[in-house]
Amino acid sequence: MIAAIVLVLVVSAVTFAIFFLVPKLGGQTTTQLATQYVGKDANPESIAAVKKNLGLDLPIYQQYWHFIKAIVMGAHYKFGPDAAYCHRPCFGYSFKSHVEVWPEIKDRIPVTFSLAIGAAVIWVVSGVAIGVVSALKRGTLFDRFSMGVALAGVSLPIFFTGMLLLGLFSYKWVIWDNVQYHSFTSNPGEWAWNLILPWISLAFLYSALYARLTRAGMLETMGEDYIRTARAKGLPERTVVGKHGLRAALTPIVTIFGMDFGLLIGGAIITEQVFSFQGIGAYAVQAVTDNDLPKVLGVTMVAAAFIVICNLLVDLLYAAIDPRVRYS
Amino acid sequence: MSTDNSSSDALKKDADEPAAQVPAQKATDEPAAAATGEPAGAIGEPVAAAAPAGDAYLSVRDLRIHFQTDDGLVKSVDGLSFDLERGRTLGIVGESGSGKSVTSLGIMGLHRTSRARISGEVWLDGEELVAADPDRVRRLRGRKMAMIFQDPLSAMHPYYKVGAQIVEAYRVHHKVSRKVAAERAVEMLDRVGIPEPRKRFHDYPHQFSGGMRQRAMIAMSLVNNPELLIADEPTTALDVTVQAQILDLIRDLQKEFGSAVIMITHDLGVVAEVADDLLVMYAGRVIERGSAERVFTNPQHPYTWGLLGSMPRLDRERTDRLNPVKGSPPSLINVPDGCAFHPRCPYASLTGGSSETLVPELREMAPGHFAACHLADDERSRIWTEEIEPKL
Repeated sequence: MIAAIVLVLVVSAVTFAIFFLVPKLGGQTTTQLATQYVGKDANPESIAAVKKNLGLDLPIYQQYWHFIKAIVMGAHYKFGPDAAYCHRPCFGYSFKSHVEVWPEIKDRIPVTFSLAIGAAVIWVVSGVAIGVVSALKRGTLFDRFSMGVALAGVSLPIFFTGMLLLGLFSYKWVIWDNVQYHSFTSNPGEWAWNLILPWISLAFLYSALYARLTRAGMLETMGEDYIRTARAKGLPERTVVGKHGLRAALTPIVTIFGMDFGLLIGGAIITEQVFSFQGIGAYAVQAVTDNDLPKVLGVTMVAAAFIVICNLLVDLLYAAIDPRVRYS
Repeated sequence: MSTDNSSSDALKKDADEPAAQVPAQKATDEPAAAATGEPAGAIGEPVAAAAPAGDAYLSVRDLRIHFQTDDGLVKSVDGLSFDLERGRTLGIVGESGSGKSVTSLGIMGLHRTSRARISGEVWLDGEELVAADPDRVRRLRGRKMAMIFQDPLSAMHPYYKVGAQIVEAYRVHHKVSRKVAAERAVEMLDRVGIPEPRKRFHDYPHQFSGGMRQRAMIAMSLVNNPELLIADEPTTALDVTVQAQILDLIRDLQKEFGSAVIMITHDLGVVAEVADDLLVMYAGRVIERGSAERVFTNPQHPYTWGLLGSMPRLDRERTDRLNPVKGSPPSLINVPDGCAFHPRCPYASLTGGSSETLVPELREMAPGHFAACHLADDERSRIWTEEIEPKL
């Protein structure tokens, strides 16, 4: 738990350092940063004011301190006459649009989350099922076929499968004529219907990956001594496979799943681009292309937090699954 | 009761090491693919055993277990026959790769691979198992015949509590509630000498010490009162003091339950302690068989002499070094022609060349004592009394 918090802090420091120091080392001055904020009607007074308000003229460690403090406690920004309060977690204001960063990110979380969770369900169920059957029927036609497809699956990038699906089902056959995100609360049916293509294109890659992992894990497990013991006890084969084999084979899958899912919440960048979904990934891309530092920092921190949380959950789950972890 | 029959296919037999792994990796298919082999092949075998072999509890007739591999046919067990009564202990000894473990797994019907070709007959309490329906064999497994494995750490499932694993073994064969089964499991843990069985019931295998784990394994094997217990190197992974305890335990339990026990080991010390009868295997075949007492005091086969000679003994004067059996077990891709042991046999030259061409038959050297050796009887007894016995 403490390790997790430390990790988030380290991530924040590193990101902060990269995005504030690197531009400076590259010759960009605080004045230029401030100019970026002020926009086209920049004049020496407004630039100086912005520098002061954003604290850009302070030493770097103080800037970092304000950055962290704002996340934890919120911050007051003074823009001449109109003072503003940025609620916690405050990542500041966009340099370009002058809009607060966090509410924008918050609005996008459900999009990315919907995308990730549906895809995760599909890929875990299909990947594990295919992997187990392949392992049990090793060398058969089913095994060869599904592993061939899986190899293709891990090799095909998401933008390819996504475009392909979109091209076929949306433009050619017009089954989904206009894929766009609907919020779950307003219309669950539309929500699910519109997410089907993004889910599939995202899940295809991971499903292929998980099928291969599960198959390998299952083959290894089924060769273990305790599987032989289970058979020697006279257990029926479905118990041997389902209870003794699967339990051991799935443990590493859980770990990997936690990490993959955490990463995905941090932004299914390509999938969101392909389907024009306004999720965290799309936000991150926009932030980077605009060189909009507060947005970049905000999205990085949020993504890092998700990954850390997921890893924490995995650790807890792992202890629940594997008694050897619990006691040692 | 002859062990080989068609001396034509004499010269190939193979390692149980690679073979044992084959079924493991290939843990695939339905149970149907398992132990059936070709019953047709079994019928044609000219063993002296069309009669289901007397009234022995376990009777193995011309058992052959071959594995199809990329390098060729591995004949891990090639024409094995023996009988075992209830209440008796049979020791099977041999080096790695002699087919001991393959035999035990074959009796249990645990060779689950389409690559395994199993023929011959295994009669358990009047029921033939090789050609039997795999599901029928499964129902016998764990109930009538049970097995103790070598390494109890890897042989128990790391994610389930010891008690739960014993309960599971009991409930496959008994329609009882979880609670009743748990009582039974605790009782068994107590019986095999695990202190505080009620508490240890809830522990995981890794929380047990090696000896305790093997006790738990034994408890699991015996929970259904099996009449045949196969112990595959049950003490190899344990330290010596614990070894003795485990052997005592197995012996006590055998007395108590009257089971037939097969003790598979490469350790003659273990066998000397527990076995009534002895079967020495080499390259998938029996090369000597008889009562343990006879085989220990009057062994007939040069390989057995070698095994006895290689044992470290505390009651003898210490010589410089141990005397191993020279050479290594046959490369099973190219099994020697004739007697598989002849390249390592110091007396092969005394057979007039027949050891290099002819597979020796098992012959009865004394009542109930068989050996497969080309040496003439007088020659053999001369070598034994003059050269071997004084050195032991």
